[in-house]
Amino acid sequence: MIDTIEILKKQFEINDLYHQRSNLCFITGKKEQLLSILQALRDLHNYTHLVMVTAVDWIEQNQFQLTYLLHNYESRTDLGIRVFLDRECPVMASIHHLWKQGRVYQQELHEMFGIDFPGSPDQDIPMILEGWQGPPPMRRDFDTKKYSEETYSNRERNHHEPEQYMKQILYPEEN
Amino acid sequence: MFEDKKDIQLQEPEQDQRPDWVKDSKTLTNSGLPDEERDWFCDARPTPAPKSNRIMEKFFNWARANSLWILAFGTGCGAIELRPLITARYDISRLGMQPRPTPRQASVFMIGGYVSIKTLKRIVRSYEQMQGPKFVVAVCSCAINGGMYWDSYNTIKRIDEYIPVDVYVTGCMPRPEAVLSGFTKLKELILAGKAEGQNLYAEKFDWYKANQKKIIHDWNMPDYNW
Repeated sequence: MIDTIEILKKQFEINDLYHQRSNLCFITGKKEQLLSILQALRDLHNYTHLVMVTAVDWIEQNQFQLTYLLHNYESRTDLGIRVFLDRECPVMASIHHLWKQGRVYQQELHEMFGIDFPGSPDQDIPMILEGWQGPPPMRRDFDTKKYSEETYSNRERNHHEPEQYMKQILYPEEN
Repeated sequence: MFEDKKDIQLQEPEQDQRPDWVKDSKTLTNSGLPDEERDWFCDARPTPAPKSNRIMEKFFNWARANSLWILAFGTGCGAIELRPLITARYDISRLGMQPRPTPRQASVFMIGGYVSIKTLKRIVRSYEQMQGPKFVVAVCSCAINGGMYWDSYNTIKRIDEYIPVDVYVTGCMPRPEAVLSGFTKLKELILAGKAEGQNLYAEKFDWYKANQKKIIHDWNMPDYNW
């Protein structure tokens, strides 16, 4: 895996190598070069399996972090490629032509984080949030508790102190 | 002068007599269908079931209580508790109960836990497609007050605002014995003639529909379908 990263380093602008385990590494790449990195990893370095695409909202840095996790069946190693996007206009190139299942992750990221993948099939069809009116719910500036209190009504609760309550139930004559 | 004004008022355009869901064709799934196929959807309001005399009603309730067929629609994690009930250990068939694959054949709807908006839409639709008499058993604390999803953006907190509930079973998750006890309680209620959820739904139909439409923003089904 280290050899692969050394080769990649000569071709692309790659930094922040984070060696988490003997079989898991994370590298940070440029947003513009991501498609070339993924293509090289898939076609030349045997990272044929797209495990997942996920996003992290770094609201303090005003950035989204996308992580593409790839798996190599021959060396049994995982390689994660991190890319940072601008949070104000998060647009990323679609990878559905490299891995068909990529469109599902992109559909979900579009729904939950509002990240736009132009050309990704069925991107605007909601997976979970049918008829959702509001900001993408997985963004950190979305207050889920406040939204829940405004939208859904609570059931009134009766609180009982267990000791007193059981005394009242079991020994009503003493009270 | 006054007579002239009356004449003008009378010349208003004729009111559209078609039901609401036909008029609002943009949001409907069947909007592209030709007119003859619109009969697949029914938008008639539900009506409370008429009561017969006391003795016959008692007999009907006895018959209803001893043949409860469950709609096996796993709406949440509590649906897992239905499966042990079918097995030999708990064996609900001795109570005259069995799971059915379709709402058309079922009389008990078991809400098994948390209900998201997407599921609620299917629940409402399935509940309305069930033939009367029909009863609802809400299992798990999520269906009662939200449970661990009390601050979720996509999970409703109480199911009884959207469909009427006859029996609650508390727990997270309740053991099969508890669910069995809930079904036994439902049988008692039916025998006593107190399981009136279906009639409540018909009587407070507008209130239930308003609640449902407040939550389900892409309402693309008729107001009542059966």
